[in-house]
Amino acid sequence: MNWQEFIFGRLSWSVLPQNAIAWGGAIFMIACILILVGVITSFGAWRWLWREWLTSLDPKKIGVMYLIVAGVMLVRGGTDALLLRTQQATSVGNSFGILSATHFQEIFSAHGSIMIFFVAMGLMFGLINLVLPLQIGSRDVAFPFLNSLSFWLFCAGAALINCSLLLGDFSTAGWLAYPPLSELVYSPTTGVDYWIWSLQIGGLGSLLSGVNFLVTIVKMRVKGMTWMRLPVFSWSVLGSMSLVVFAFPILTVTLTLLYLDRTAGMHFFTAGGGGNMMMYVNLIWAWGHPEVYILILPAFGVFSEIVPVFSSKKLAGYTSMVYAIWGIVGLSFLVWLHHFFTMGAGSDVNAFFGIMTAVIAVPTGVKIFNWLFTMYRGRIRFTSPMLWFIGFVILFTLGGVAGVVMAEPPADYELHNSLFLVAHFHTMIVSGVLFGYFAGLTYWFPKFFGFTLDEKWGKRAFWFWFLGFILAFGPLYLLGLEGATRRLDHYSAALGWQPLFAVAGVGAGMIAIGFCCQMAQIVASFRKRHENRVGNDPWGGRTLEWATSSPPPSYNFAQLPLVHARDAFWASKHSGVPLEGQFEDFSMPKNTGAGIIIAGFIFLLGFAAVWHLWWLLVLGFLGAVVTLLIHAFNDDTEHLVTASEVMHLEAGLRRTPSTI
Amino acid sequence: MTDHQHTDVTLSHEDRAADSTTLFGFWTYLMTDLVLFASLFAVFAVLRGPQFGGASIQNIFSLPFVLFETIVLLTSSFACGLALLAAREGKVKGTIFWLCTTFVLGALFVGMEVHEFAGLVAQGLGPSQSGFLSAYFTLVGTHGLHVTIGLLWLIVLIVAILKRGFSRGNMRKLALFAIFWHFLDIIWIFIFIIVYLTGSL
Repeated sequence: MNWQEFIFGRLSWSVLPQNAIAWGGAIFMIACILILVGVITSFGAWRWLWREWLTSLDPKKIGVMYLIVAGVMLVRGGTDALLLRTQQATSVGNSFGILSATHFQEIFSAHGSIMIFFVAMGLMFGLINLVLPLQIGSRDVAFPFLNSLSFWLFCAGAALINCSLLLGDFSTAGWLAYPPLSELVYSPTTGVDYWIWSLQIGGLGSLLSGVNFLVTIVKMRVKGMTWMRLPVFSWSVLGSMSLVVFAFPILTVTLTLLYLDRTAGMHFFTAGGGGNMMMYVNLIWAWGHPEVYILILPAFGVFSEIVPVFSSKKLAGYTSMVYAIWGIVGLSFLVWLHHFFTMGAGSDVNAFFGIMTAVIAVPTGVKIFNWLFTMYRGRIRFTSPMLWFIGFVILFTLGGVAGVVMAEPPADYELHNSLFLVAHFHTMIVSGVLFGYFAGLTYWFPKFFGFTLDEKWGKRAFWFWFLGFILAFGPLYLLGLEGATRRLDHYSAALGWQPLFAVAGVGAGMIAIGFCCQMAQIVASFRKRHENRVGNDPWGGRTLEWATSSPPPSYNFAQLPLVHARDAFWASKHSGVPLEGQFEDFSMPKNTGAGIIIAGFIFLLGFAAVWHLWWLLVLGFLGAVVTLLIHAFNDDTEHLVTASEVMHLEAGLRRTPSTI
Repeated sequence: MTDHQHTDVTLSHEDRAADSTTLFGFWTYLMTDLVLFASLFAVFAVLRGPQFGGASIQNIFSLPFVLFETIVLLTSSFACGLALLAAREGKVKGTIFWLCTTFVLGALFVGMEVHEFAGLVAQGLGPSQSGFLSAYFTLVGTHGLHVTIGLLWLIVLIVAILKRGFSRGNMRKLALFAIFWHFLDIIWIFIFIIVYLTGSL
């Protein structure tokens, strides 16, 4: 190894983008960063940003930051989707579309990885951070510093995956990087390493968050909130976080082993040397299938809050909802093999996993029926959260039935690897997970900003997303049944598929308009914030988060509530028994920059691992450890808030209503 | 003065709650670590069969050496337990002595493992030789890495106790360390049985 190789590793001038579209992406990203830096500097806002946001341990602020990062990544993943749709609509016969085959493969790999890890997970942890502590009547999460660290690790992963826009290529091996394609022999460049390390770092953040929220729900519930009084959203988060705790370590191991194969020449998943590539597929799906339920359970929880409130009825079948969540949690670890029935495990194994997959539809069905029963004879208000719910029920049920069809191994032999599958899982993730979190955002937005989101733009956004979704993915079901495989960058004109691909392209465009409507919604709502200002409880809420002020103080509740019933806030409103307990002293965590600094070092470590800059890897590792030690030896992490201070603050708040 | 005492009482109540939360959080973390090791054990079970290049599981290690390694680690765990007992009795010197014993034995264990690994690599039986050796080195090495991290933690803990004695925070950290150390023992016993004992059959 000469000194240049030592210093620069695999970096060289040739790793810069090689074509116009790739340059476009890189320049757009750099321009966005420069504009952002310029705006912050021109407002002189760095100090404010650092003190109020970047170092904050307040879950409400961390939640907002999660949502912003997830939104940015949605733009990235969505742009990828538009490119894919354009390619498939135009690359037919003698025309070869806008992307080279390799670039097309990079884009679908990036699209999937980004949408799952940095959009869906980001929206989920954002909402959980915002709502969960309030809903269980807690002032904070169990480990506030760990929460900040999790968020910044998530950001470091997101930053690393975007580095591949400018430096080097991205993986061409799909969102789960099956070997042997992802092994060094077939993917010798940095692409797969980017994939490994951005997921590894983001995944570590998710794992820590999982531990944190699990402990928060078990240990930090307010007095009187027994298990069967816990709101269903919190139950669903508990289910989801249990899955995180048991599933994410498997991902950590799998990614590490793949990296060892690629970097240290080991033979875990290689074609030769005694490796076993089907072991990779088993491992990745032993994490991957629970991951699907990690994402969808909190979305189910969101709907379980929204439907009762906007139907002005209590949730039908609370107990069965709770059991359904745990049924799904248990079963989700028993279905992973349905992702590869064609492996050849034999009919007994396939039959077991086929049956288990069909069985998991039962608790899901219980939940669907309970929501419908809640609406039945209710006084329904068709606000935009409710529209998202109705769109969800229609599409998710259809997509779920498509899933049960594919759960039959013989049918799966025909349908696997086809666009039918692609349409199925997009129905589950887009109309299930995304619609759920959009509904949740609209529903809880006034709690955290003090004014409601604009309904007109919200409804426009819904209709564009809903109809766009049907147009974008309806044709894919049909194409899949006609035999179109997934990941096609070109097909023969004689197949007659182009019209359906063109319709799918139009649908993707409509979804993009729907997203623009959501951006317009935020702007319009901010402009109209004074007329749309609302009190603590704009919707007639049932759970504790609606009992405190909007926006809530940093300590969430001036007086911790006393819970006497399920739907505690609703019960208190109707019985007249006040919810508030005593004023008392409590301690709150002080802000710390340790989280963002450690994540910065971990980002360097990941970047170094991708480019084989071993000196930087050591530096990043040592930096992270030293920062962690300094933080661990700092005893001055909390400050005491006394009862009289809180009384003072609250009296002041009542005199001058907060204005943004 | 009475006011001050009142504050102390409420805080210690909060502290107790914080202790139990930290303890539960640490157990939850250990469960994630357990899943991590379970995955590595599964990988080892899948890959232990094929022996590319002739290195079979029977002839790459000596059982007496590993038995001695095991005894060293278990004794260090015993010393760790004695350190915890001494700390509960408020004996700083005793605690530091037993923690140092724990450290020395732990370091000896890591040294023996490094020696074993280096010997295998010198014979041309490195982790890149076959799937079996990759799985062997990664499973055993991950445990060794955990022990090494534990040793670093132990240094920090000894320094903290020398500086601040048995503060509430230090007692908490000591208890967590003891759990971690015993956990690594249990993992090692599984490695001893599944890798070495069944391998020597």
